[in-house]
Amino acid sequence: MASDMGASYGSTLRYKSVERMKPIGKHSLLGASGEISDLQEILRYLDELILYDNMWDDGNSLGPKEVHSYLTRVMYNRRNKFNPLWNSLVLGGVKNGEKYLGTVSMIGVHFEDNHVATGFGNHLARPILRDEWKEDLSYEDGVKLLEKCMRVLLYRDRSAVNKIQIAKITEEGVSISKPYSLRTFWEFTAFRNPTVGAEGSW
Amino acid sequence: MFRNQYDTDVTTWSPAGRLFQVEYAMEAVKQGSAAIGLRSKTHVVLACVNKANSELSSHQKKIFKVDDHIGVAIAGLTADGRVLSRYMRSECINYSFTYESPLPVGRLVVQLADKAQVCTQRSWKRPFGVGLLVGGLDESGAHLYYNCPSGNYFEYQAFAIGSRSQAAKTYLERKFESFMGSSRDDLIKDALFAIKETLQGEKLKSSICTVAVLGVGEPFHILDQETVQQLINEHEIVEEEAPAEQEAAAAADQDAPPADEAPPADQGAAPMDI
Repeated sequence: MASDMGASYGSTLRYKSVERMKPIGKHSLLGASGEISDLQEILRYLDELILYDNMWDDGNSLGPKEVHSYLTRVMYNRRNKFNPLWNSLVLGGVKNGEKYLGTVSMIGVHFEDNHVATGFGNHLARPILRDEWKEDLSYEDGVKLLEKCMRVLLYRDRSAVNKIQIAKITEEGVSISKPYSLRTFWEFTAFRNPTVGAEGSW
Repeated sequence: MFRNQYDTDVTTWSPAGRLFQVEYAMEAVKQGSAAIGLRSKTHVVLACVNKANSELSSHQKKIFKVDDHIGVAIAGLTADGRVLSRYMRSECINYSFTYESPLPVGRLVVQLADKAQVCTQRSWKRPFGVGLLVGGLDESGAHLYYNCPSGNYFEYQAFAIGSRSQAAKTYLERKFESFMGSSRDDLIKDALFAIKETLQGEKLKSSICTVAVLGVGEPFHILDQETVQQLINEHEIVEEEAPAEQEAAAAADQDAPPADEAPPADQGAAPMDI
């Protein structure tokens, strides 16, 4: 899973070092877009959920499918009360060798797929993933593919920030990389004198 | 027994540190007709004796499906048993709805036990008069639990409750060590033999017992009468035809089967022992 570290306040790029992906329990990873304060609220809910799950101390644990379903219920019920949590969530994980990836929107629309995205990612990243995703992608190739998507988003989404993290979930657990920047290229000739042919410009 | 002074309320301790009302409730379980359960690593079998009050009436339902992966057999006040089954079904379905995943049976029995405990500590309530043998699956495989009216629960390899359950327990104690690795069919066979032990001389027929199975990859279901009768015949006839052979085989499977003693002159015409 990949995300950048930006959190906007309307059109202002307010915070540029926000971790928008968090491990949940032993088996899952949550990634979120949208209102950060609502993400923090969701993390509190999940924290309590995992706490009670651990307190049973009985060898059973909530896997990514269960967490995804729980989040769906939370988001949908808030939507029904006309007080939504303003987030789009991505929930991924591995449990007992089974991989899981799903998404929930702020109105409770939820589904699983081999590749999911939030916000502009649906328009810019998923077409790339539809073409280039394969069942047997290696980890390194997967990272390259995600970086390709993030680069496109960086160029084209004005709320994007050039500081990203990649998260890896395996049977052993979750690891989130340190933040790093993508290499970009701006030396197109058209950028040199952008207004040279426009009317009324100098 | 001299314990009448402290047994009026469930909220009254006796000087010896006992709650008599709770003990009386456990007595009610012992009066109910027998129910037995046994489990292997992957399957649980529940069986019970169903005696109708008269030939005119139907049998009481003592085995309930709680979810695809959990079933319960009860002994005692069956009305209390129905109420608790309804609670268990409700818990399972709510969990399934929220998490799209089956409720681990170990968690259900704890909730059930906590519910029973409440009734041992309120002056306006009485303890449930039913013992429950809960069989179900969770991440680590198949489990069998026994829930008491006292609010205690224990996990078992095999157990029997209700009247004349001691006979079944004795049989199970001899065989239980092999249950973990038993096949599904062997487990059912052992269940039927255990039920036969509680009948003490009466002929085992599918009309007086109920058998239910659940396992990994096999949702809970009650076996139909035909299948049960077939299994009874399969295993009983083997004994009747060659009892000497069996004993000589020295597997020490069981003592002289009671079915052999009564010559089966009139199949099914013999009046039932109530």
